[in-house]
Amino acid sequence: MYKILHKESLGTNLHLLEVEAPRIARKAESGQFIILRLKEEAERIPLTIADYSREKGTLTIIFQEVGFSTRELAGCQAGDTILDLVGPLGVPSEIENYGTVVCVGGGVGIAPVYPITRDLKKAGNRVFSIIGARNSGLLFWREKMAEVSDQLFITTDDGSEGRKGFVSDVLKEILDKEKVQRVWAIGPMIMMKVVADTTRPYGVPTIVSLNPIMVDGTGMCGACRVAVGKETKFACVDGPEFDAHLVDFDLAMKRAAFFKDKEQQALAMCKCGGERR
Amino acid sequence: MPVQDAQARKNNFHEVALGYTPEMAGEEAARCLNCKNPQCVKGCPVEVDIPGFIQALKEGDLKRSARVLKEKNNLPAVCGRVCPQESQCEARCILGIKGEPVAIGRLERFVADWERASGAPQPERPVPKNKKVAVIGSGPAGLTAAGDLAKMGYQVTVFEALHTPGGVLMYGIPEFRLPKEVVRQEIDYIRKLGVDIQVNQVVGKTFTVDELLQKEGYDAVFIGTGAGLPNFMNIPGENLTGIYSANEFLTRTNLMKAYLFPKYSTPIKVGRRVAVIGAGNVAMDAARTALRLGAEESSIIYRRSAEEMPARHEEIEHAKEEGVRFMLLTSPVAYTGDENGHVKGMTCQRFSLGEPDESGRRRPVPIPGSEFELEIDTVVVAIGQTPNPLVPRTTEGLVIGKHGNIVADEESGATSRPNIFAGGDIVTGAATVILAMGAGKRAARSIDEYLKRKLRREVKG
Repeated sequence: MYKILHKESLGTNLHLLEVEAPRIARKAESGQFIILRLKEEAERIPLTIADYSREKGTLTIIFQEVGFSTRELAGCQAGDTILDLVGPLGVPSEIENYGTVVCVGGGVGIAPVYPITRDLKKAGNRVFSIIGARNSGLLFWREKMAEVSDQLFITTDDGSEGRKGFVSDVLKEILDKEKVQRVWAIGPMIMMKVVADTTRPYGVPTIVSLNPIMVDGTGMCGACRVAVGKETKFACVDGPEFDAHLVDFDLAMKRAAFFKDKEQQALAMCKCGGERR
Repeated sequence: MPVQDAQARKNNFHEVALGYTPEMAGEEAARCLNCKNPQCVKGCPVEVDIPGFIQALKEGDLKRSARVLKEKNNLPAVCGRVCPQESQCEARCILGIKGEPVAIGRLERFVADWERASGAPQPERPVPKNKKVAVIGSGPAGLTAAGDLAKMGYQVTVFEALHTPGGVLMYGIPEFRLPKEVVRQEIDYIRKLGVDIQVNQVVGKTFTVDELLQKEGYDAVFIGTGAGLPNFMNIPGENLTGIYSANEFLTRTNLMKAYLFPKYSTPIKVGRRVAVIGAGNVAMDAARTALRLGAEESSIIYRRSAEEMPARHEEIEHAKEEGVRFMLLTSPVAYTGDENGHVKGMTCQRFSLGEPDESGRRRPVPIPGSEFELEIDTVVVAIGQTPNPLVPRTTEGLVIGKHGNIVADEESGATSRPNIFAGGDIVTGAATVILAMGAGKRAARSIDEYLKRKLRREVKG
């Protein structure tokens, strides 16, 4: 059992949980993820690690309520426990001093981009960061991101905060002005695809973190397979980060949508409080 | 042995084989000749005293019968259900030469089930030895090694990556062939022997084998992490949705209870026409599971002939009775999808059989121009697994074979490092439950020898 020490609302349907998990916190690195299972009947949910404290033995995870399982998780309070928590899974980000880098976080993707940004800054990079979402209510961690960036840009689709437009608009401006060595982008699949298309003509190596459907997270089930270049890769053991210019995003989006109707079915059958009938 | 009616059972997940009644068990046990030189025991990878347990059963002493069984076998209710007895103990039975061999597996199941139903006695705990052993993986190999080492008095901790111990017994083998409650109770027995089982621990990620040895004070490690990564054929369209690995399909169903959706939150989707690629036990399990999840048609697609099918005879028969179709000498070469990226058909090719290959089976040879289209909406790829790389990749100085397996001595489980032992599918590639158990048993024996030598050196030193 893993105790929830702290819960916080970060915006519209956005939640932060700080969980006691000393064994995992001791090993966690930027770019890795965990899988949790709230209770016996629950799904195994993969979530990227947003932050960790080796001293306190805690992990921070951030998620958006999208279906039944995330709504159920959102119903948890500080003091509650999570039945299973396993990790850290996946390959850590390759943090080096590249020179100038851009970190892009879209919506809930701001969470996993934060520790990568922090580590890149610590490694001596000049860091431009861009965070964006549909509207202001879906943005969070502005100060934390600003702290670890040389310059932070904010965009919203509706103009309710920062620049009206997409993260890719700002990214393009930076690429036009600066010699950028590497770009990280984490967010909705479509955003990552647009970022990949934006950086491609500039030839800037671009890394995305994929969050495909997954069950065990240790390579056993093969549910998370993604086409990268000519190869099939398992996001859980080969990733979750991949070369954005090689990922087949169209296939990845179709695979991610496979259980959408089942999620709707589960959601329709549950009461608002997240309980099962 | 009585079985659930085929028409009824293909709509439920209850156990297919119902087990002997006491009368049937008595009658069957009476057939055993109690041979002086019992060949059956030599056919058993874990060396169960087969005539011993059958004689006790014959005399009506079920308690003693169960005790004899458990002296060698830590998981008798599992073995009585899923062992390929026909090619092991029963294949050697003297009665089998002219007629039917004694149904050793069914008797084993009967005795184990009787003991569970009547409340298994608390096992005796030996004098504790001052040595700690870590077992990686809680499948058949790991549980057997852990149980045997605990019986010898060692302090044993089992580390399991999933949230439930049991490995393939929990995620792979369906409820209708091996009820999970049976597995749970056998694992409880291992715990009662003093074994500590820790779930959610991914060795290679949460910690490494070397950390266990150097920081956590374990004196030896047994690696029984099984065959982890599913194989795919790498043919066009294989990543379309609706194409599952057998591991994913069975894990969703068995471990995550997707057949109880939405009471359980893990979903699974099965279409009207299901094709299962492969013909081993896993393929049979997948094809039969598909029917139970509502498929109208479920077909086994296999590139060799009936003779080469690796599945147990009984499983093939059960599948046929339930209506699984067999398309033999056939294999897919490509899949096609709809506008949503969902599989809607496959192109198959016919095969003929040529000369035997290195596996001893006749090599399938594609027939040019024999391609044909098949309408399907779900595919399960059940063509085997390769060893999971997490432990081999993160353990210093461990010699790894060309298929990613750990190189270990078949008899002792000894690896290239003196305090690390390995056995089961991680060494041999995907095989059976009982072979993995045999490897766990032999490794436990050599770990004992290794630790005794270590103790002697410590006393001298």
